[in-house]
Amino acid sequence: MKKIFSRPESLRDVPTHYCPGCGHGIAHRLLAQAVDDLGIREKVIGVAPVGCAVVAYDYWNFDCCEAAHGRALAVATAIKRVRPENIVFTYQGDGDLAAIGTNETIHTANRGENLTVIFINNAIYGMTGGQMAPTTLLGQKTATSPRGRNADSEGYPLKISELLAQLPAVKYIERVSLHSPQEVLKAQRAIKQAFQNQIENKGFSLVEILSPCPTYWGMSPDQAVEWVKETMSKEFPLGRIK
Amino acid sequence: MAKIIINREKCKGCLLCVSFCPKSLIVADKDLNRRGLNPAKTKDSSGCTGCSMCAIICPECCIEVYK
Amino acid sequence: MKKILMTGNEAIAEGALQAGCRFYAGYPITPQNELIAYMARHMIEAGGVFIQAESELAAINMVFGASAAGARAMTSSSSPGVSLKQEGISYLAGAELPAVIVNIMRAGPGLGNIWPAQSDYFQATRGGGNGEYRTIVLAPSSVNEAYNLVQDAFDLADKYRIPVMFLGDGILGQMMEPVLAHSQRLSACSRVNQLPAKEWALTGCKGRNPNLAASFRLAEGVLEKHNMHLQQKYNEIRSNEQNYEGLFLDDAQVILVAYGTMSRIAKGAVNRLREKGIKAGLIRPVALWPFPVNAFTQNKKLKIRYLVIEMSYGQMVEDVRLAVNGAWPVDFLGRSGGGVPTEDEIIKRVLF
Repeated sequence: MKKIFSRPESLRDVPTHYCPGCGHGIAHRLLAQAVDDLGIREKVIGVAPVGCAVVAYDYWNFDCCEAAHGRALAVATAIKRVRPENIVFTYQGDGDLAAIGTNETIHTANRGENLTVIFINNAIYGMTGGQMAPTTLLGQKTATSPRGRNADSEGYPLKISELLAQLPAVKYIERVSLHSPQEVLKAQRAIKQAFQNQIENKGFSLVEILSPCPTYWGMSPDQAVEWVKETMSKEFPLGRIK
Repeated sequence: MAKIIINREKCKGCLLCVSFCPKSLIVADKDLNRRGLNPAKTKDSSGCTGCSMCAIICPECCIEVYK
Repeated sequence: MKKILMTGNEAIAEGALQAGCRFYAGYPITPQNELIAYMARHMIEAGGVFIQAESELAAINMVFGASAAGARAMTSSSSPGVSLKQEGISYLAGAELPAVIVNIMRAGPGLGNIWPAQSDYFQATRGGGNGEYRTIVLAPSSVNEAYNLVQDAFDLADKYRIPVMFLGDGILGQMMEPVLAHSQRLSACSRVNQLPAKEWALTGCKGRNPNLAASFRLAEGVLEKHNMHLQQKYNEIRSNEQNYEGLFLDDAQVILVAYGTMSRIAKGAVNRLREKGIKAGLIRPVALWPFPVNAFTQNKKLKIRYLVIEMSYGQMVEDVRLAVNGAWPVDFLGRSGGGVPTEDEIIKRVLF
């Protein structure tokens, strides 16, 4: 028998610190797989965020850079401008990309930087203990919205991908999900496309990934993927946005 | 003819593979691994088609598929 | 070489380009706007990257990325903008990435005004951001010196893998003076190719293990070990890089201490005091960190007193007092918020 599924070379063979059922592990693997498939492991430079994926560079087997909370796209802009021959991506959560880093996100997209952005939307701040994120759904209870997010006082879930799609310099945005193997395969295609765009110098590409956080949603891994499918993807519709 | 190998020490027991195996061939092991978690294990690999659904959904990348 | 009339802001920018700076990101703020405009005009022809960032935060974090990718990188701003940059400066220090940050100081606190000041001395010399770190701090007193000193700033940044603060004030930034400059800008390939190789830079991991640029050290004991390494490096810098100009120190009985623009007014006062027969002298720290402690410990046998003069309310005076350690009296004269101590005020204080 032949091995038909195994760990990509770009993903180190070490245990992650993520909780059971967390989507980050899947997203890390998809990204590593795309890097392997495109043969760019020795050219790629990843920019890790602040958030649960802060030590993503411990898991990826290629050059990586830290960024202060929200600044990943400023850091990535400079790396790519200094080294246009390299392939540069950021991997950011919803707090990083759509709250503290909104300014960097919008302006990097508006400059049309030739970058690949992997945006993990799990509607919560995981690393700090389950606080409200810009993408937290209305009514969703978190440590800082204990009565459920209320539009009157906390506003609405921020659809940053739809906002970014308005910008003329943005070339590609797709929203995918990790709630089933079929959706994971779609996510894998989208991530590969976002890297392919950079290789072809097409410009700013972003993949938003709806990702389960069983721990801070207070659910089992099973319930969490079900919630992504039945609830979260209603608020954040899947598919190509631009 | 196909089979999967689950690395029971790396498995965190989220059991998404159990939910998504179309043939229901994976179960939770009653014995704990060294992390103190109940890892996934194959109940019966005779019906495995190598569809890889379990490996694709596995957040720990701890399932290898052979066909 | 040729003589060119330039503002301090332009001289710093041109000096940086001569030093092989090939990445600049900045955000407009008075009184350093000539610097960003000069970079916008000339960086591209030097073969480098210019970005007008969306904020000071973005600019300093772009510098973080550019430095991690191996480029000589710089940003510039003025006091309130430099406060915003402290986040990135702390990260640069933690990740041991070289960079040059120019602060053309204005008066504060808050938005303050756009008049020249030296109010950011504490912020520059004590680290400025969170965590315990140091930056080398250089303070030129003329436009020509700024042109040359900023080139040293890049060399020091690379040598020690440390951010360097380049501290001027609104007068220095705006004033035009002749600069003895290279008649041609060295091409991107000449000086840049002579620079030491940066094996730690992020270039893609072809033929080597992956590199990482990061300040995060979570595992038990790892940060403490790293911080010990940083402290050792800072001690090395303290012994190697003290830099000051002394005037009449051989026989001086009253030694004025001032840096940057303030030192030029102090120099005028020293000369006038000498005409009156008073044995005055001057210590002008060129490096503010490491502070030139050696300048204060050499004249052990003489009976002297110090007068520290600042365009701030008593910041560098603390370093002078630490340096003399109670051995000699240290007096202070300072104005800020737009006020600049005059020669007459200095002389009056010395004669008092």
